[in-house]
Amino acid sequence: MFDQIDMTKLIFGRLSWDAIPFHEPILLATFVMVGLGGITLLGALTYFRVWGVLWRNWFTSIDHKRIGIMYMILGIVMLLRGFADALMMRAQQALSFGDSHGFLPPHHYDQVFTAHGVIMIFFVAMPFVTGLMNYVVPLQIGARDVAFPFLNNFSFWMTTFGAVLVMASLFVGEFARTGWLAYPPLSGILGSPDVGVDYYIWSLQIAGVGTLLSGVNLIVTIIKMRAPGMTMMKMPVFTWTALCTNVLIVAAFPVLTAVLAMLSLDRVFGTNFFTNDMGGNSMMYVNLIWIWGHPEVYILVLPIFGVFSEIVSTFSSKRLFGYTSMVYATVVITILSYLVWLHHFFTMGSGASVNSFFGITTMIISIPTGAKIFNWLFTMYRGRIRFEVPMLWTMGFMVTFVIGGMTGVLLAVPPADFVLHNSLFLIAHFHNVIIGGVVFGTFAGINFWFPKAFGYKLDAFWGKCSFWFWTIGFYFAFMPLYVLGLMGVTRRLSHFEDPSLQIWFQIAAFGAVLIAFGIACFVIQLGVSFMRRDSLRDFTGDPWGGRTLEWSTSSPPPAYNFAFTPLVHDIDTWADMKSNNYQRPTDSFVAIHMPKNTGAGVIIAGLSAAVGFALIWQMWLPAGLAFIAMMAAIIIHTFNYNRDYYIPAEEVTRTEAERTRLLASHV
Amino acid sequence: MSNTSTSTHNATGAASGSRYFVREHHPENGTMLGFWLYLMSDCLVFACLFAAYAVLGRNYAGGPTGAEIFDLPLVGLNTSLLLLSSITYGFAMLESQKDRLRNTMIWLAVTGLLGACFIYFELYEFVHLIMEGSGPQRSGFLTSFFALVGTHGLHVSFGIIWLVTLLFQLKRHGLTPENRRRLMCLSMFWHFLDVVWIGVFTFVYLMGVLS
Repeated sequence: MFDQIDMTKLIFGRLSWDAIPFHEPILLATFVMVGLGGITLLGALTYFRVWGVLWRNWFTSIDHKRIGIMYMILGIVMLLRGFADALMMRAQQALSFGDSHGFLPPHHYDQVFTAHGVIMIFFVAMPFVTGLMNYVVPLQIGARDVAFPFLNNFSFWMTTFGAVLVMASLFVGEFARTGWLAYPPLSGILGSPDVGVDYYIWSLQIAGVGTLLSGVNLIVTIIKMRAPGMTMMKMPVFTWTALCTNVLIVAAFPVLTAVLAMLSLDRVFGTNFFTNDMGGNSMMYVNLIWIWGHPEVYILVLPIFGVFSEIVSTFSSKRLFGYTSMVYATVVITILSYLVWLHHFFTMGSGASVNSFFGITTMIISIPTGAKIFNWLFTMYRGRIRFEVPMLWTMGFMVTFVIGGMTGVLLAVPPADFVLHNSLFLIAHFHNVIIGGVVFGTFAGINFWFPKAFGYKLDAFWGKCSFWFWTIGFYFAFMPLYVLGLMGVTRRLSHFEDPSLQIWFQIAAFGAVLIAFGIACFVIQLGVSFMRRDSLRDFTGDPWGGRTLEWSTSSPPPAYNFAFTPLVHDIDTWADMKSNNYQRPTDSFVAIHMPKNTGAGVIIAGLSAAVGFALIWQMWLPAGLAFIAMMAAIIIHTFNYNRDYYIPAEEVTRTEAERTRLLASHV
Repeated sequence: MSNTSTSTHNATGAASGSRYFVREHHPENGTMLGFWLYLMSDCLVFACLFAAYAVLGRNYAGGPTGAEIFDLPLVGLNTSLLLLSSITYGFAMLESQKDRLRNTMIWLAVTGLLGACFIYFELYEFVHLIMEGSGPQRSGFLTSFFALVGTHGLHVSFGIIWLVTLLFQLKRHGLTPENRRRLMCLSMFWHFLDVVWIGVFTFVYLMGVLS
């Protein structure tokens, strides 16, 4: 009898039918919708017999371009989920006044705001940024792939399976109700006895491994694989920002891994890292998580600064103003981002001297950032500016980001922060810089590099609609929050008593609806552009008059990127080549050494997600088995010594001849 | 690294644009740099655990102190085992550079055995402490102690698994460039763990006994 009970416990842990939210109509409806959508998608994939193609050409691909595209798709899918959460919050706060309690019970509302933050940072912004870097950096430095192509595939799948775990928490069990950084003691086992925080921990641990490895990968790629002649100070600015971001990743993510591991030890084994009694110290968690968390926001925004730098110089038809100062500004921000973490909790009570130090370092960051803004403005000054969609996003960014930056400097003043800490002013501030920076930059980057990746431009009309809805929607959604924050309204509230506040929340909700239109326009833009792809086709490989090496190859680039490795003489290599009447080589091609596809990445990542899921539910036996299987898969993979092949010279010749023909027929 | 080289052959006059491309280009192998970066990231994990120990290491919560529970002779023995294993790994590397596969494998096996002894004594110490009622749940001090020392032990254990795997791969493929690279990576990993252990020994055990 006892044996049987133990066995069930060992296999299923805490998992039972109660974990499926049959009693929550909103979740059940979502589940049915997702289920139907999923079945339709899977059915369609089977019907059109694309599983084999997907597996061979995409899931197992180690081509940095395909992995980059998959990251962007992951980001877009998760954006829809994260934004659905945002709409629910805005609607709840607009409705829940006085006698009305809105449509979300607090228990559910708390999960929604936690999931919104976690998803938007880890599974939207990070995949977008990593995807752009993955796609563009090797092309910009004249490389054929990244330094560790297999690890690249593995990193992508770890990120994806982290996202899968977050999504699973919707339908099996629940997500954390702690806010996106899960401070103890609330996130400890006494404050959160259910599986929510465990879902949080394991999805971030798994995705974090992927991010760390992709950081190592891109640093080595940039350091070791640049085309001959490309010294550090001849690298494109986007590559520079990517390098700094990946240094930040490698120097920050281990801290997240360590602190989350400590939190899970506290939860599972009853240790005392962050407990209130027995010698624990919960402020240590807050310190450690922000030592990761503050660099994280620069991890997100630095590459986006790079995107804007490329776009501004391309669409102003000018070399970037102040290249050197741009590089130094980026490096200074990289270093300073480690010296400011305490400004997230001035109210901890570290004393005036400590708070002053961190307040001042925080304000200093605005200097290199301001230098960047001026560099972009001076690049535009007396340039031949073309107001294409990427340029619109860039200008929207410059205005919006400056406002967000100024409210940030306001918050950096400790006495002001004591009033504004955890208020809606803070929420408005960081959305101002993340939406105005990262989101606008991602859309700018997508519009800019889409023709490179797919061979046709995105439709400009729907792109402009998306831009205007997003921008206007942003101001409607977040300016009221500044006002509310100054009035003292704190974050994460699901109900209000004071009816005079309601109008502001209603304006914010209206803004969120406008943003929803912006997202819809973007999806329509993708669809319309696909339908009209023949008229939007780019035959030259250089649709915008680009300046860096990615525009020197065809759109989309061949698997090997460059038939011959470029030789670099100047900062804007491709602009330099064009101005010196560069002639494309058309003969005497040689065989090209390339890495082989492998399924090991998706298999190992899948098994690690299985380990994570089993640990969340404390299913010890399956967890052990999945762990052994994962280790076995890793070891078996190391026995594979046959990892590369040659693209024969004839195939290169054929591909390049095809491009020669295309170029000749569309002069 | 001996197995990495940059070679750029510029075909002269083959085409008018050859100022802008090279016929053949083999970028340097980045494995060593990549592995270094990984080690440094791992070093940060240990840095966090050291920091946690620095914050919590005196929070005894009425429980035992380091001076009461640390068995310094045992830890001293363990430390010498681990340091010795670093030396034997060095011998394995020397033999591999002389292309002596058999000797390389023997020294690797010795290294692995020393590592296993280290793990055995560490587990012995842990079990002993837990039996005494000084488990990781007892106080902030013991929590951070077990986490730091245990994480190091976990690393050594994975190092041993890697070492055994590598022995099989050496037996099958010999001292190929790939295997030499792996040997080098494991070497860096092993010495890195040694360096971390010196920190643990000094900071946790020696200073703990002093208090």
